[in-house]
Amino acid sequence: MAKTDLFKAPDYYQIDDLLTDEQKLVRDAARAWVKKEVSPIIEEYYEKAEFPKQLIKGLGEIGAFGPYIPAKYGGAELDQISYGLIMQELERADSGLRSTASVQSSLVMYPIWKYGSEEQRIKYLPKLATGEFMGCFGLTEPDHGSNPGGMTTNIKDQGDHYLLNGAKMWISNAPFADVAVVWAKNEQGRIKGVLVDKGMDGFSAPEMHGKWSLRASSTGELIFDNVKIPKENILPGRDGLGAPLSCLDSARYGISWGAIGAAMDCYDSALRYSKERIQFDKPIAAFQLTQKKLAEMITEITKSQLLALRLGQLKNQDKATSAQISMAKRNNIEFALKIAREARQIHGAMGISNEYPMMRHMMNLESVVTYEGTHDIHLLITGMDVTGIAAFNG
Amino acid sequence: MKFLVCISKVPDTTSKIAFTDGDTKFDENGIQFIVNPYDEWYALVRALELKESLGGSVTIITVGGQADEPVMRKALAIGADEAVRIDAEAKDPGYIATQIASYAKDKDFDIVFCGKETIMYNNAQVPAAVAEYLDVPFISLATKLDLNGNTATIERDAQGGVEVVELQTPFVLSAAKGMAEQRIPNMKGIMAARTKPLNVVPAFDAAETTQVVSYETPSGKAECKYIDPENMDELVSLLHNQAKVI
Ligand SMILES: Cc1cc2nc3c(=O)[nH]c(=O)nc-3n(C[C@H](O)[C@H](O)[C@H](O)COP(=O)(O)OP(=O)(O)OC[C@H]3O[C@@H](n4cnc5c(N)ncnc54)[C@H](O)[C@@H]3O)c2cc1C
Repeated sequence: MAKTDLFKAPDYYQIDDLLTDEQKLVRDAARAWVKKEVSPIIEEYYEKAEFPKQLIKGLGEIGAFGPYIPAKYGGAELDQISYGLIMQELERADSGLRSTASVQSSLVMYPIWKYGSEEQRIKYLPKLATGEFMGCFGLTEPDHGSNPGGMTTNIKDQGDHYLLNGAKMWISNAPFADVAVVWAKNEQGRIKGVLVDKGMDGFSAPEMHGKWSLRASSTGELIFDNVKIPKENILPGRDGLGAPLSCLDSARYGISWGAIGAAMDCYDSALRYSKERIQFDKPIAAFQLTQKKLAEMITEITKSQLLALRLGQLKNQDKATSAQISMAKRNNIEFALKIAREARQIHGAMGISNEYPMMRHMMNLESVVTYEGTHDIHLLITGMDVTGIAAFNG
Repeated sequence: MKFLVCISKVPDTTSKIAFTDGDTKFDENGIQFIVNPYDEWYALVRALELKESLGGSVTIITVGGQADEPVMRKALAIGADEAVRIDAEAKDPGYIATQIASYAKDKDFDIVFCGKETIMYNNAQVPAAVAEYLDVPFISLATKLDLNGNTATIERDAQGGVEVVELQTPFVLSAAKGMAEQRIPNMKGIMAARTKPLNVVPAFDAAETTQVVSYETPSGKAECKYIDPENMDELVSLLHNQAKVI
């Protein structure tokens, strides 16, 4: 079933000219790795609903885990645009693979780097960078999704340790994670970051089944039943809802690039197919309605690229606001999803088969448009930012 | 062992080709360049494998301008130890070979690796000319190379079969498909490449030996004609009268 990956990335506005040689080298290495290692197997793992664990080492090698983390902690000290480009190439293959890398980088390594103690950094970061350790991020609960501030997972001070109780749901990488960054309230109702190691008594992470989306990514629950947490496992650097939200900012930024990857893959396939498929004695690319679809797709891809690139420049200067990140995440996924649907239509019946990637991307993007803040929540963020009025409570 | 690998940049294979200066020059505008695959996948990787098993160093050399440095960095990221750029316009094969040989002359390289040709001009002349100017043996189209001390055993494609040759270092070889497998640069390599030396050497005196009069792109593919299998007479007539091949 393995087929040749003919992907050619569109660059309509010569955006490559705005990238440094190193950014291009990093991106091209990720792209070559995806073609060689991921494209031939991804459909099979998607169908099996299994995360291809054999790719973890390679993900570490191409720098997909914490590429912007300092070298002394095992990172590659790359800039934010390089990070974005790696996410783009991974999601070009599959959003599930990119999710694993986003979680590891921005939701696990980032908080340990930013808010962890030096001992925590040294203990976890180098192993997370190579993939020897995998991590997950537990914020969402069964009863608290868009409103994580209402969480009920909690820690109680027992003098020389804490007791952790509660449950998290929809947690990417949970079933195989060596460490979970869990957000829980203390007795004062303040949200704290807790590092929960695999194997701690009272801690389990059962896999969730039956997903029609992100099937090549492993999702699970985190269940804490009187888990004894050593005091040194609390992230000392920051508390409150702002701490997990800052991690989400970093992940959402990467996702805004990732969505471009999925969109490019769908467009590339549709462009090639429309030139090869003959109906009424003509390639279907010769029909105006097909051209309209293709023209709109490449326009939206180009706009998404420019949003992500500018956001990357702002991130590099430490100037990107949460609201700016929110806009790129929402916009780029909305259009990636539209492009996946239009590209699927261009393929006719072939478009629903696993010979082509659009259905998989489309189903994946239904998770991406929901996690890390739903589309509507991001609209409310922009709405609040421009009006100064929060509308989250109705 | 000291290995020298000649690296050149070529347009990505999906590039649209155009010319400037009255069709005498390749138009580089909007072109994405890659490392010539024969240089990268076969010559460089085999040199690195030998270095890794026998010790020594791998130097890469490019004749070209600053615009060639990204592909050189990639070669460093894949694992070469240092890079040399001869600051000269890559004119004709004789000129390029003179530059490389002039640089390599007194450096005691055991093997000079080249790709069998560039996928851009397909001249396949530089490797042989470098060997000639260095006055060392030359093996073309090598698909396998093993070293035992100073004795190299090389397999090369020959018409309808394989030729196995043995020779002593130093020598020049041109590598063909099969010599090694592509390596994708990893993040460690990319980070290390930031600080590896890339030395720029002034051009050596050499004359251009040829001049390009003009380039043209191939005319479009002729349309494919289908002929009914029952109708052999028509096929023969077309091959004879139209295609003029029989
Ligand atoms: C595959 C997958 C992987 C995930 N991985 C992780 C992970 O690793 N870690 C983690 O912590 N979480 C993860 N999540 C959870 C994800 O972040 C949540 O699903 C998301 O935040 C939405 O929460 P919810 O599903 O509870 O939806 P709800 O919050 O119940 O929302 C349901 C609907 O109501 C709308 N809505 C809610 N509030 C408002 C409002 N104020 N105004 C208007 N509309 C509103 C939403 O937009 C949505 O349409 C994952 C989810 C999926 C699907």
